Amino acid sequence: MKACVVVFPGSNCDRDVIHSLSTRVKANVSALWYEEHKLPQDTDLVVLPGGFSYGDYLRCGAMAATAPILNAIKGYAEGGGLVLGICNGFQILTEARLLPGALLANKNLKFICRQCTVRAERTDTPFTSNLQTGQVLKMPIAHHEGLYFLPPSDLKQILANKQVVFRYCNNDGTIDDKSNPNGSVDNIAGVINKGGNVLGLMPHPERASEKILGSEDGGLIWDSIASWLKKGGRC
Amino acid sequence: MNYKAVGLREEEYQAIKELLGREPNESELRILGVMWSEHCSYKSTRPLLKMFNSEGKYVIQGPGENAGIVDIGDGWAAAFKVESHNHPSAVEPYQGAATGVGGIIRDILAVGAWPTACLDGLFFGKTPRNSTLSLMDGIVSGIGGYGNAVGVPTVGGKTFFDDSYEGNPLVNAMCVGIVSQEKIITSKTAKAGQLAVLIGSRTGRDGIAGAAFASAELAEDTKSSKPQVQIGDPFVEKLLIECCHELLREKLIASMQDMGAAGITSSASEIAAKSGTGIYIYADKVPTRDENMTPWEIALSESQERMLVIIEPENYERVEKCAQKWLLECAPIGEVTDDGRFKIINNGKTVVDLPAEMVGGGCPEIHWPSQKPAYLESIETERAYTLPQDAFRDIFLSIISDPNVKDKSWIYEQYDHMVQINTVVGPGNPVSVIRVKENNKFLALTMDCDPWSCWLDPYNGGAESFLKAARPLWACGAEILGMTDCLNYPSPESPENYWILTETVRGLAQTAKDMDCPVVSGNVSLYNESPGKKILPSPLVGLVGLLETMEDFLPSGELEESDVLFLVGPKKGFLAGSLFQRLLDKSIQGKPVQYTPTAEISFKERALRTAKDKCCSSVRVIGSGGLVTAIAKECIFAQKGASINLKSEHLVPEVLFGEGGPRAIYSVKPDKIAIFEHIWQDFGLLKIGTVQKEKTLEFLGLSSFSLLEITSCWRR
Amino acid sequence: MLYHIKVLVFLKDGVLDTQGKAVLGSLHRMNYTDLKDIRIGKYLQLWVEASDEDTARNRVKAMCSDLLVNNLIEDYTIEVDELS
Repeated sequence: MKACVVVFPGSNCDRDVIHSLSTRVKANVSALWYEEHKLPQDTDLVVLPGGFSYGDYLRCGAMAATAPILNAIKGYAEGGGLVLGICNGFQILTEARLLPGALLANKNLKFICRQCTVRAERTDTPFTSNLQTGQVLKMPIAHHEGLYFLPPSDLKQILANKQVVFRYCNNDGTIDDKSNPNGSVDNIAGVINKGGNVLGLMPHPERASEKILGSEDGGLIWDSIASWLKKGGRC
Repeated sequence: MNYKAVGLREEEYQAIKELLGREPNESELRILGVMWSEHCSYKSTRPLLKMFNSEGKYVIQGPGENAGIVDIGDGWAAAFKVESHNHPSAVEPYQGAATGVGGIIRDILAVGAWPTACLDGLFFGKTPRNSTLSLMDGIVSGIGGYGNAVGVPTVGGKTFFDDSYEGNPLVNAMCVGIVSQEKIITSKTAKAGQLAVLIGSRTGRDGIAGAAFASAELAEDTKSSKPQVQIGDPFVEKLLIECCHELLREKLIASMQDMGAAGITSSASEIAAKSGTGIYIYADKVPTRDENMTPWEIALSESQERMLVIIEPENYERVEKCAQKWLLECAPIGEVTDDGRFKIINNGKTVVDLPAEMVGGGCPEIHWPSQKPAYLESIETERAYTLPQDAFRDIFLSIISDPNVKDKSWIYEQYDHMVQINTVVGPGNPVSVIRVKENNKFLALTMDCDPWSCWLDPYNGGAESFLKAARPLWACGAEILGMTDCLNYPSPESPENYWILTETVRGLAQTAKDMDCPVVSGNVSLYNESPGKKILPSPLVGLVGLLETMEDFLPSGELEESDVLFLVGPKKGFLAGSLFQRLLDKSIQGKPVQYTPTAEISFKERALRTAKDKCCSSVRVIGSGGLVTAIAKECIFAQKGASINLKSEHLVPEVLFGEGGPRAIYSVKPDKIAIFEHIWQDFGLLKIGTVQKEKTLEFLGLSSFSLLEITSCWRR
Repeated sequence: MLYHIKVLVFLKDGVLDTQGKAVLGSLHRMNYTDLKDIRIGKYLQLWVEASDEDTARNRVKAMCSDLLVNNLIEDYTIEVDELS
């Protein structure tokens, strides 16, 4: 797998993603500077990592969404390339209109960093192909603006299109208010585009891909991508 | 201009005239007013700090540079230090705390290290009132707001509650960074002919003379102090970290200093003094963001997120390019000379001309008069405590819901404690553990203090402050590499205060030395008081320990069903200064634990062996709230019940709630009891109960609690 | 000519305003129970060099569309002052 991780001024989790991908699935991963106009050749996966790009100023991800590299990423996505946005990366993808919705301030108006469980709602995506539907993954969240929001009509649309990939749930997979850490509409933790190749999620898989860090469930997402690519998957 | 207006004393003014051979001009006076303030010069405590031992087999760099550095093996090193930002946090909690974090991170950056973890020591008033709550809220938000954005995880810390901190909160920020031993940067390596470059934010009027502010007591109306608080920008700090590390990788940095207290002046003069050179700063070359700044304002500004980098002149373009890549200001603001002078030149005119060594190092020490306080005569009187059986339940629940003991997740869940994916054991545990990817080893970190013992018995309180931080490291299996400390005290100008300061430092220094722990860095914050109110003596200790592998690590909060619970150490703790006493009496009295080096060394050896021999599931050193609290916490974290069966002679407050001394609870695997007993024979060993399947914690003969009840009480 | 332009950015109706809700709660606790609702937005001041007011206004509209306003969740108003 050849992957690149975009680095914006203020990105924090780029090195973490590089370490995690290369350790877990032996991916060939490199950092990609936000001012580049092209992606490296034969890129299999583009990751927009977590952090505070542009200090989260104006709106989270707003300025990063206008960075030069986003044009190349949009083209790559249109061609079916895999794009994964984690936390701030998810925020950037919504601002760039590659994914629907917006991420607002957490319901309790505080930054929340803790382990969390999400349920896989779809397993026919490149990012979840190794999972069982309803499988519970333990991955941490760390964000101040993680409340996924859509106006009701848009919500209806994405539900109809089955674009919800992850929902916040309890340990046993049940979904309720108690399991929703930030007030996200319909407990939505991660969504995919209609084409099925651009995924955004708030939890951090790179923080849950090694046993020593408390969970390897995030690594299952890397595994899914790797095996999907190996099988010659196309979007 | 009168020297008093800049906070100087008569003796200092005379010393200045003697060293200069003339009257200082106004700018020079302002500069010396700040550089010779307590906060910058340590004039009241330099004699005391000499008591610390800074030598040790793992020490690479002791006090005197931006951070202490210890060897962690395989050519790698850990740089660490703790710093206070108390007065600014009292006035503007969010920014005071945020800039405290920013400042300590830059200190770690300045030695060439990559900032890898933070811990914070917070001290607040106890009685819930709106002002305290908003202070706490602001401070915690500020630490999180800055640390999270800058990408350094806050992995642990300690929070203390006592009404002596009401209005005088303490915010001590500690940072640990990793650096290759070959790439350590010092301030000693500047050479004449090199260029001084400022990288980072523009310079404004923030915090001008903030260092002098930190050395003065807070006035009644703290709002009038507002202009002296600096505003932090963690986004720029993150860019600064990336830029400096890129310059380090390119080997473009000859020397480096961060700009903290007294900004350009302290960083520039320090480099010159340490390198044995001079330095000229051109005020008109400094990029400013406020208009019409005078040279002394530019020289003393405490605008955040700026580094002073010394480079070979021919490398300037490459340095500038790197700064531009990272969206940072970059300007050549001075040059290193060979004449030993610190000069500020503005548009060709020399405005300040002082010997470099005099600026930072010339302030004469102050030997404040010292007198043993009268209260110490009468405070030793103990009173007897009884424990009526029906009182136990309420006392126990009060203790575990006391702010000093209860769940702090409301604090640390506001901190990103996982970024950099090195956090193996995070906040909420007695020891924080981070992995070091560079050499696959692990650093174990603790932070603690015992202000109440320091008040009752300063020498022994200082000792216990060290031991409270050390014992959990030994218990988890880590070897201690080094210590950093933040000495938070009231004004040294009262002889009784000064005596207490001296004695607590003496106890702390002696104990660290006896336990082979070098003091490699630290900070002093005096004058923590306001009219009618002063803080308890609060020497905060931060320790860094090493674990070769996590195989050697003995955790807390991991009881296994059928484990046998043991208490090691003296059966009785001390009620003097304990949480039990403070809850019942609302005051403290009596004699706390007396430092016994042989007992501590014995505890250390046995604890390390216990971790290595893997005969236990879990360990918890007894701290605040005593034995019952340690047991309760083990049950809460493991979510397992326990049955505690003590003889009636042990159902007394000293055993159940006493604190202090080398005492710990071990959860021993049933088939390893013989090994465990062998390790702890002759030390004091008492079987106290078993871990059970039922989700209850029962103290036979006293009371029983459901696990749900104690967990929700602790979390309330 | 230099135009001073004031832009008010506010959340669209129907968008959750968690900040507003929290502030409402605080004010109620301070006995301002006569306050029925509060929604929180942003005030941006821009100084734009343009030949006339319409041009200045259109430029700012474009900036809002491109970056300053997220039109999924926000709306805005523009007010123009001319500066000499």
